[in-house]
Amino acid sequence: MAYSDKVIDHYENPRNVGSFDKDEDNIGTGVVGAPECGDVMKLQLKITNEGVIEDAKFKTFGCGSAIASSSYVTELIKGKTLDQALDIKNTHIVEELSLPPVKIHCSVLAEDAIKAAISDWKKRKGAAEPQKKAVNE
Amino acid sequence: MKRVVYMDNHATTPMDPRVLEAMLPYFTEKFGNSASRNHQFGWDAEAGVDKAREQIAQLINAKSKEIVFTSGATESDNLAIKGVAEFYKEKGDHIITATTEHKAVLDTCKALERTGKARVTYLEVDKTGAIDPDDVRKAITDKTVLVSIMSANNEIGTLHPLREIGKITKEKGVLFHTDATQSVGKLPVDVDALGIDLMSFTAHKIYGPKGCGALYVRSKGPRVRLTPQMDGGGHERGMRSGTLNVPGIVGLGAACEIADSEMAADTAHTLALRQRLHTGLFGQLDELYLNGHPTERLPGNLNVSFAYVEGESLLMGLKDIAVSSGSACTSATLEPSYVLRALGVGEDLAHTSIRFGLGRFNTEEEVDYVVERVVHEVRRLRDMSPLYEMAKEGIDIKTYNWVRE
Repeated sequence: MAYSDKVIDHYENPRNVGSFDKDEDNIGTGVVGAPECGDVMKLQLKITNEGVIEDAKFKTFGCGSAIASSSYVTELIKGKTLDQALDIKNTHIVEELSLPPVKIHCSVLAEDAIKAAISDWKKRKGAAEPQKKAVNE
Repeated sequence: MKRVVYMDNHATTPMDPRVLEAMLPYFTEKFGNSASRNHQFGWDAEAGVDKAREQIAQLINAKSKEIVFTSGATESDNLAIKGVAEFYKEKGDHIITATTEHKAVLDTCKALERTGKARVTYLEVDKTGAIDPDDVRKAITDKTVLVSIMSANNEIGTLHPLREIGKITKEKGVLFHTDATQSVGKLPVDVDALGIDLMSFTAHKIYGPKGCGALYVRSKGPRVRLTPQMDGGGHERGMRSGTLNVPGIVGLGAACEIADSEMAADTAHTLALRQRLHTGLFGQLDELYLNGHPTERLPGNLNVSFAYVEGESLLMGLKDIAVSSGSACTSATLEPSYVLRALGVGEDLAHTSIRFGLGRFNTEEEVDYVVERVVHEVRRLRDMSPLYEMAKEGIDIKTYNWVRE
C-alpha cells in the first residue's frame, strides 16, 4: 500500500509524542481503541481554565495511518477552544492525510480520542468543583 | 548497504541464475510444443520436459511419470482435492484437513462443502502449530477419502508429522495429500518413506520461475485417480490438459536438481542465518515472542511478535527491508493472521508479528543490518506506544477496560 507523503512525514517525524501526568487538574486524557483491534490511541490535552487547549501529546499503537492521524490532531488542536476542538471531524483528517478508504477508521479513532480527552477533562473538572464547595461549606 | 534487503523467501524467491540459464534456450531456439510428435521442435521441447520430470522425481523419490505439471501449487491443491473428491465420490465424501492450511487448500475445501460435494473436518493445531497424528486417526470415518495436511506452514514454519500421518492413512486406506510448497527443495521429502499419495509444490519457492508447479500423483500402491479440472487435449496422462509451459518446467527441473545436490549446504546456511537473526533480536529487545515450534520448523523461518508494536507500522519503518506481517492492516480483510489465532496467539500479539523468511541468497551482513534496523524501529515505536507505557506502569493490557467502538 502506498502512503501519502503527509502520512510518511508524520510517521517519520511524529509531532508531540509523549505523556502528561494524567492526574494533573488541567489534563484531559482519552484512550480509545483496543489492542486486539490493532489500534490504541492515547491523546492528552492541556486545557486552560478558560477552556482553551494550550498543549497536546499523543502515544499510538497502530499502523502508520493511525500514528499520522493522532500526530496531525495534536498539531491541529493546539490553540483551539473546546467547542472548536469538538467540531473537528474525521473527514477533515482523511482529506488532510489523503487516507485511503481502508484507513478511514484511523481518522474516526482520532476524532473519538479528542472527544474522550475533552470528556475526561470535563468530568474531572466537574468532580473537582463540587468537592471544593463541600470543603468550603 | 544501499539496496533493499529481501527477507521474504516464503512469499517467493529470486531465480537462481543457473535456473535462468537452463530455461533460456526454451524461449527461443527450442520453443516447440512438447506435444508435437512429428518434428524436431516438438522433440526438443519434449526432451526438456522429460529431463525436468526426471530431475523432479529424483528430488522427491518418485517415478517421473508420477509428476503432473500445473501452473503452481494453488492449481495443484485444487486438482488434488477436487479431483479426488469427484473421482472417489462413490467411496465417500469426507475430507480431513487443518485450520492452519494455506487458503489454496482451505478455500478449495470450502468450495466443495458449498457445492455439497464433500464434508470437511478442520483439525485444530497445538500451540506450536502442529497436528497431533492421533487427531487424524480419530477423525477418519468409513466415508473419508482424503487427508490433506501441509508439510510446513507458510507463516510460522512449523513442520507437521507427515510420516506418522502417512502411516495412519495407509493403514486406513485413505489417500494422503500434502501441500509441500514450503518444504520441497528445502528439506528431504521422500514420498515413499512418508506415505504421501499426492503432493503439491511450485518452482518459484525454490529459486525457479513463477507460473510453474507440479502435483505428484502416486501411480502404484495405491494408483491414485483424479477427475481432471480442466477439459482439453488430455495432456499429463489426462489429468491436466493444456500445452505445457516448457521453459517453466525446465526451470522447475533445474531448480529441483540444484536443491537436491546443495540441500545440506543450503539448510546449514539458512539455519545459521536464522540463529544469528534470532540471537540478535532476542538479545537486544525484551518482550519478543517466537511464534511456531522452537525447533521443528523450516530452517529459514523466524516468526516473531514484537509486543506493543503494531506490525504494519513496523514494516513501514523497515522500508528498505522486505518482510511480511501477520497484522490485520496488511491484509485486505482487516483480520489478523488466522494461522496465529489458530495457535492461540492473542489478537493483540498477532497484530505485532513479523515473518522473516531467509533463503539461499541472504548473507550475514544482511542479517546484521536487519537486526540493527529492527531493534532501532521497535525501540522508537515502543517509545510511541501507549501499550508499552502501560505495561511498564504495571497495567495488564489484557484485563484493562478498553473503550471499544
